[in-house]
Amino acid sequence: MASAGVSRPKRPLSPHLQIWRWGPAMAVSILHRVTGNGLAVVGIATLLCWLGSLAGGPDSYALFQAQAGTWYGQVVLVGLSWAFFNHAASGIRHFLLDIGAGFELVANARWSVLTPLIAILATAACWAAVWLR
Amino acid sequence: MGNGTSIGRVRGLGSAHSGAHHWLIQRFTAIGNLFLGGWLLFSLLGLPNYSYITMHDWLAHPLPATLAGLLVLCTVWHARLGMQVLVEDYVHDAGLKFASFAALNLAAFGAGAFGLVCAIRLALGGA
Repeated sequence: MASAGVSRPKRPLSPHLQIWRWGPAMAVSILHRVTGNGLAVVGIATLLCWLGSLAGGPDSYALFQAQAGTWYGQVVLVGLSWAFFNHAASGIRHFLLDIGAGFELVANARWSVLTPLIAILATAACWAAVWLR
Repeated sequence: MGNGTSIGRVRGLGSAHSGAHHWLIQRFTAIGNLFLGGWLLFSLLGLPNYSYITMHDWLAHPLPATLAGLLVLCTVWHARLGMQVLVEDYVHDAGLKFASFAALNLAAFGAGAFGLVCAIRLALGGA
């Protein structure tokens, strides 16, 4: 047996993305991580910019509103709302998995496909309500 | 407990007795985020417009200001726990991992404090 300090041969690591065949459950898991960390950085930054600009007074809020109204501002806001709905939908899926439900192959694949679709529908409904009023 | 492979070094030591805590708090804050995020969403959809006057009059009331402060705290806590997992999974160098956790904790406290001060300022009429 190798003693401490002596270099050992590299042990095999657990297989990662390149090994597995893509499936709905894998895709929804990756989307959950991507949207969660996107919200953690860009979402909280935007939330704080919005709250901070309101606390700063009319001038700083006008600056926030002008940026939010540009094409890139709208892309960020629509993207954040999609990320929120997607993360919320797959988060609710996680709660159901936590109680032991939805592990059967057919049910698991069905809800894995449905969660991102529900998120896209919720995003579309949300922005339709904002833009069409 | 041996000193060979990494699994051999920890075998037989028993549970660390701290694994479930992170998992549970992630769930508790997730429930909070569902309610508070839903509140923000339906409040914004219910406002007649997004002018400064409308937004300020709404957030200056005690309940919306309190919920806005809670939203910041709950999402920041949830985000801090989630990003910890990201660092644990992808940052393998011990020094870089320590620096990442230090930065993450400072950013989380900074974001939480900033959001709270904004909500209090709006509620107490400083702005």
